[in-house]
Order: sequence, then C-alpha cells, then structure tokens
Amino acid sequence: MSKIAASPTDLRMRALRRQWVPITSTLAASLLSLLPIIMSSPIIPEFSLLVLIAWRLLRPEMWSALMVLPLGLANDLIAGHPIGQSMALWTILFLIYDVMDIRLVWRDYWMDWFVAAISIIFYTYGVWYIGHLMGNTIEFKVMLPQVALSTFCYPLIARLVLALDRWRLAR
Amino acid sequence: MAPPSSRRRGYSRKAHYGLFLAYVLAIGGVLFAALMLLLATVSPSAFNGVKGTALDATAPVSAGGRSVVRVFADAGSAIGNYFRAGSQNAGLKRELAAARQDAVKAATLELENKELKRLLNLSQQVSDRVTTARIVGSTFQSSRRLATIWAGSGAGVAVGQPVRSPAGLIGRVLESGHFAARVLLITDGASNVPVRLLRDGTPALATGRGDGTIDIKPQEVGAQRFRRGDLFVTSGTGGIFPPNIPVAVVVVATRDDTIATPLADPAQTQFAIVERMYQPERELSRPEAGPTMP
Repeated sequence: MSKIAASPTDLRMRALRRQWVPITSTLAASLLSLLPIIMSSPIIPEFSLLVLIAWRLLRPEMWSALMVLPLGLANDLIAGHPIGQSMALWTILFLIYDVMDIRLVWRDYWMDWFVAAISIIFYTYGVWYIGHLMGNTIEFKVMLPQVALSTFCYPLIARLVLALDRWRLAR
Repeated sequence: MAPPSSRRRGYSRKAHYGLFLAYVLAIGGVLFAALMLLLATVSPSAFNGVKGTALDATAPVSAGGRSVVRVFADAGSAIGNYFRAGSQNAGLKRELAAARQDAVKAATLELENKELKRLLNLSQQVSDRVTTARIVGSTFQSSRRLATIWAGSGAGVAVGQPVRSPAGLIGRVLESGHFAARVLLITDGASNVPVRLLRDGTPALATGRGDGTIDIKPQEVGAQRFRRGDLFVTSGTGGIFPPNIPVAVVVVATRDDTIATPLADPAQTQFAIVERMYQPERELSRPEAGPTMP
C-alpha cells in the first residue's frame, strides 16, 4: 500500500538516490574497463563516456562542468589512462555543451545522437592526440572501428540511462 | 523536447557570480589536467606512485574475473577438440614426429654450441627470471595497448623489465604497483624493440601499430626486403630486451612496409615471465642507452 505522505527516512533515501544514481552509474561504467578481456585492438566503446554524455544530454541542469573533473579523474585512475586525460577532455566537452545549450533552442532524439557522435569523435581524437604526444605512433584509422561502434552503442546507453532516470525520480 | 532552461539564473547577481566562478574553476581544472598531462609526457614516471596504487586497487577485480573468462574459453575449445579429435590426432602425430627430429637436431647443436663456447672461453650470460605472473587484463577501450599482470614491486617487478611468455616477447613493464603491474605490449605504438631477422641476422626495429600487428623497419638503408613467414627475434642491441626471444612473424611484406604479428598472444598466454633488464657486457660501463621509453 503506497502512502500519500512519505516518512522522513523515505525522503532522505529519495534525495540520496536522486543525487547519487547518476554519479554511481558513471563510475560503474568506468569500472567496466576492468573487465578481464584481453584484446589486441581498441574496438569496445568507452562506456563511461557514453553514460556521461547520456546523462548530460538528458538532464542538462544536473551537473555543472565542475562536477566532471572528479569523475574524469576517477575514470583516468580506474582505466589506467594518463592522469588528466578524461579530466580535461570531459570538462571541455561539458563547457561546449553549455555553449550549445545557449545557442540551441531545442533538441530531439536525432539531434542528441548527432551531438553524441560529434562528442565521441572529439574524445577519441583527443585520446589519440594525447597518446601521439606521448610517443604512441599509431594511425588514427585504427580508432575508427571504435568510433563507429560507440556511435551505434549510444542509443542503447541512452535508453539505459533513461530507465535509470525514471527509477531515480520515481516516488 | 526543449531543454529546461534552469541554467539561466535570472537576475540574481549572487547566482550569476556563482555560475561565473564555476566556469572559472572548470577552466582552471582543464588547465590543471593539461599540466598533469604535460608533466606525464615530459617524465613518464611522474605519477607512478598514484597510478600504481590505483592499479593495486583495481587489478583484483580483473584477476578474479579472468579465471571465470578462462573457464568458459577453455570449455569452448575443449568441446571443439572433442569434435575434431580424429583429424587432430593424425595431425598431432605428424607434428610430433617432425618435432622429435627437430629436438634431436637442436640437442646436437646445443652440444656443439657448448663446446665452441668452452673453446672460446665465453661465460654464458644467464638472464635471470624475476617472477612469473598471471596476465589478468588489458586495455580494450583506449588507443594504448597495455596489459595488467598480477605481480608488482612486491615480487621484485620494476619499471622497464622485459616480459615474455614461452612463445615469445610480450612487452615491458610500464608502471608497477605493489601487487600488480602494467605492461606496454609490443603491439603498442610507443613500443620499439630492436630485432633481427632469424634467417640471416639483418637488424630491424619492431614498432607496434596499435591494432595487434607490428611494423618492421629495417635499420640499414637498402637492406633486402623481408618475406612472408620471416621470423624475428630480439637482437639485444641497446640492452633491456635479452637477445634471441622470438618476437614476430611477417604476414604482409610489400615494397614499402613489412607487417608482422606477435608470436606471443597475451590473450592465449596464462603466465608471463618477468625478466631482469638485459645489459650487454661491453655496455656495462657506459650509461644505459636503451630504446626510447614512452
């Protein structure tokens, strides 16, 4: 039997859920990089980035660009990227989104997908370029399968994030 | 769906200052991150402590899961073997006969080699094994090709040590925590291994291409072209990698470039052997001049 008025404990739990579900889901996506898969080329999308973009496009008001710095640091440490890589790239992405939100009056599903695709290309290029500065001599075309797969994975991740968001805000 | 415009904070001056401050801090954070990246580029070992600790904290997850993955992979191949038992048996018998001949040949050569060495009064350099470790995972989302092994500085693993399997060279240690270490695979774009052609000893440099293959560049101008099926082993030039570890076999050889695949597949290898850094005797007095470290 559902109550009309929630108890203070319920309210506190709800507030916690509201705040922490997005953060926890992004961190969980970062943890996916620990899967014991051994692969010889980068094909699998970076799920943490996809989850992050999905949350940002779904709830533009939820996170400021500042929030992404610690999330990026966590992703760098967990996935073993050079420290600062996701921190810098993700925060730049969020700043661009803020500019975009001022310019763009409305977005729909296809627009979101397009924005996500551009973000994925930007991020992958950034990762490749940072690797290049650090002496990694591979060509960018090695990364293209990952870009394609990430772009096609985005709608699935967006669905998942939408379901999480419904549960997060459910009474 | 129009996005909610709660980002505009109305006319409250305080809210505007807050928003402005958040942007200033965010841009400062980006600059700070860029500075850390720059620092890591200039001195690759700058964050070894932090990254090693993070590696120690996260590697058990991969280590636990790896055995599960392995069980399934092994079960799959076991079922396949059952169906192919007959043809496999015949093939293996043929291979065994050929291998036995080779083994006898190798034994006699080794004997001869030993005698020649004794005649020349050469002391055989034994490259010491530091430890044997399980390979528990690898990067599969980033442009780098790094693997994680389940042994760290606690087992004597140090940055720069070569890592191999019985089948061939795997890479070298890039970062080391106390319980786990990260290995730069030879397929990474930043890995350069001095190799030589097994056939006639032509020196070459093996650089990773990032997609599981290796680019072989001859070190002599006008050197003869390599052929498909050519085997490359480490040459030991410049130290670090001990000589005569199998590295790669050529799969594509064109006029411009030679592409090889590594002989040791980290996905198929359960145990990796970490060895001490190789130092050629005549270079011991000189400062170490190894291949470039990323």
